[in-house]
Amino acid sequence: MLKFPIYLDNHATTPMDPRVFEAMKPFFIEHFGNAASRNHAFGWEAEEAVEKARKQLAGLVGATAKEIVFTSGATESNNLALKGVAEMYAQKGNHIITAATEHKAVLDTCKRLEKHGVKVTYLPVRPDGLVDLDMLKDAFTDKTILVSIMYGNNEIGTIQPIREIGALCRERGALLHTDATQAVGKIPVNVIADNIDLMSFTGHKMYGPKGVGALYVRRKNPRVQLTAQMDGGGHERGMRSGTLNVPGIAGFGEAAAIAQAEMEQEMARSLALRHKLQAAIEAELDEVYINGTMEHRLPHNLNISFAYVEGESLLMGINDIAVSSGSACTSATLEPSYVLKALGAGDDLAHSSIRFGIGRFTTEEEIDYTAGKIIEVVKKLRELSPLYEMVKEGIDLSKVEWTAH
Amino acid sequence: MAYSDKVLDHYNNPRNVGSLDKKDPAVGTGLVGAPECGDVMKLQIKVNPETGVIEDAKFKTFGCGSAIASSSLATEMLKGKTVEEAMAIKNTELVNELSLPPVKIHCSVLAEDAIKAAIQDYKAKAPAPAPAATA
Repeated sequence: MLKFPIYLDNHATTPMDPRVFEAMKPFFIEHFGNAASRNHAFGWEAEEAVEKARKQLAGLVGATAKEIVFTSGATESNNLALKGVAEMYAQKGNHIITAATEHKAVLDTCKRLEKHGVKVTYLPVRPDGLVDLDMLKDAFTDKTILVSIMYGNNEIGTIQPIREIGALCRERGALLHTDATQAVGKIPVNVIADNIDLMSFTGHKMYGPKGVGALYVRRKNPRVQLTAQMDGGGHERGMRSGTLNVPGIAGFGEAAAIAQAEMEQEMARSLALRHKLQAAIEAELDEVYINGTMEHRLPHNLNISFAYVEGESLLMGINDIAVSSGSACTSATLEPSYVLKALGAGDDLAHSSIRFGIGRFTTEEEIDYTAGKIIEVVKKLRELSPLYEMVKEGIDLSKVEWTAH
Repeated sequence: MAYSDKVLDHYNNPRNVGSLDKKDPAVGTGLVGAPECGDVMKLQIKVNPETGVIEDAKFKTFGCGSAIASSSLATEMLKGKTVEEAMAIKNTELVNELSLPPVKIHCSVLAEDAIKAAIQDYKAKAPAPAPAATA
């Protein structure tokens, strides 16, 4: 039995796994202690839960427990990594390299740092969404202290060559931060093998709770230091003050343990569902374009542009399916997704895009229904589309003189 | 975002979808907007040359639900109006009728532009009303 609406927006957030919820429950009412209380059992219980979670998270990403700093989420982790490094290493240099397709939590943090004298290079990406390593090589200066490139993209699911980027950073004596929010728990990520120095990730993208995230901070080869951005009791080895969110952290840890145990089968399952969705759509509709490389891609992501159909009207037609569109006709500027624009897709195709995010609880039945509905609505909207009609008449849309508004 | 019932109605059952023969001298075609802006409207009117009354109107729109609804409603409003009356249609009428929120006002503006473009095209094609045909 299908239950509506169908949730296929797992890049925005994931539903909590009931096993995670069970792991959190004791830490609300029964074991409510402050993990920083050192002189009674309430504190010890809380601390034990936090340390268990720290080990679970470290295990998932190949780190040691002491390298995990708990935060409120990946946005805070990104802010702490970039601002903390910029401040700590200001004597060494003032140049950061990032990419145009990063999340706003990185881009806007960079913009703020620029106001404080930091120089930032925003690398363009190739049409397949990946960073060009030669371009990265050329972007280094002797002032480069940090490179921040995301692991898996939140819109198009492209997986950057982090290992190679990390190796380049090593050569040039710069640190590598990666926003791995969409990747950790979904694909194998290993901070040692991937040459990562700092890494942001969060609970709610891996079937854990919202409001809890982590920053991996390398302690050896090299030992990374950060200037704290939150002052207070000196929690988290002085890097992030604030009483720890014990139930959230317990849940985050459990989510990591489950993800690690089930990753292989979950990846295969997501891939199979994605193949099915893509094949069904491509069998019935012409002029559909996949955004971003299919070769290096998160297994649960599919981002498709349906040419000559505007994304928001498509969403309206499939309102019993929760997905997200790269079109932002709701904003005054009518700006479509900056990520798709960075691929050079053309604004018209960016306006026509839908992001599907398959999750742990997505069923085959839901995928079948979604494919059928998408096909039906795209066909209907193309009947309505003057662009589709013009193309079928043989008109080259790029030669038409449009009245931009 | 929540859509008004009227927008939903026009989106689900768009009125007057289709195309008229743009070579017909009685037909005026307006094509406004741009694909990269996420909105393109094609609106056509067919005018009775005797009476100057719009007898038929058709549209096709690439755009969000509000853009589709604005152009669908525009075709409904156009039918039965004279060309001069049609020139006086204001986007605010569409905004009120469809209860468009501020972020969607541009959709109604585009529909008004489409109406004006179709009328201009018609007028450009059919030079000043022809004198009564002589026997």
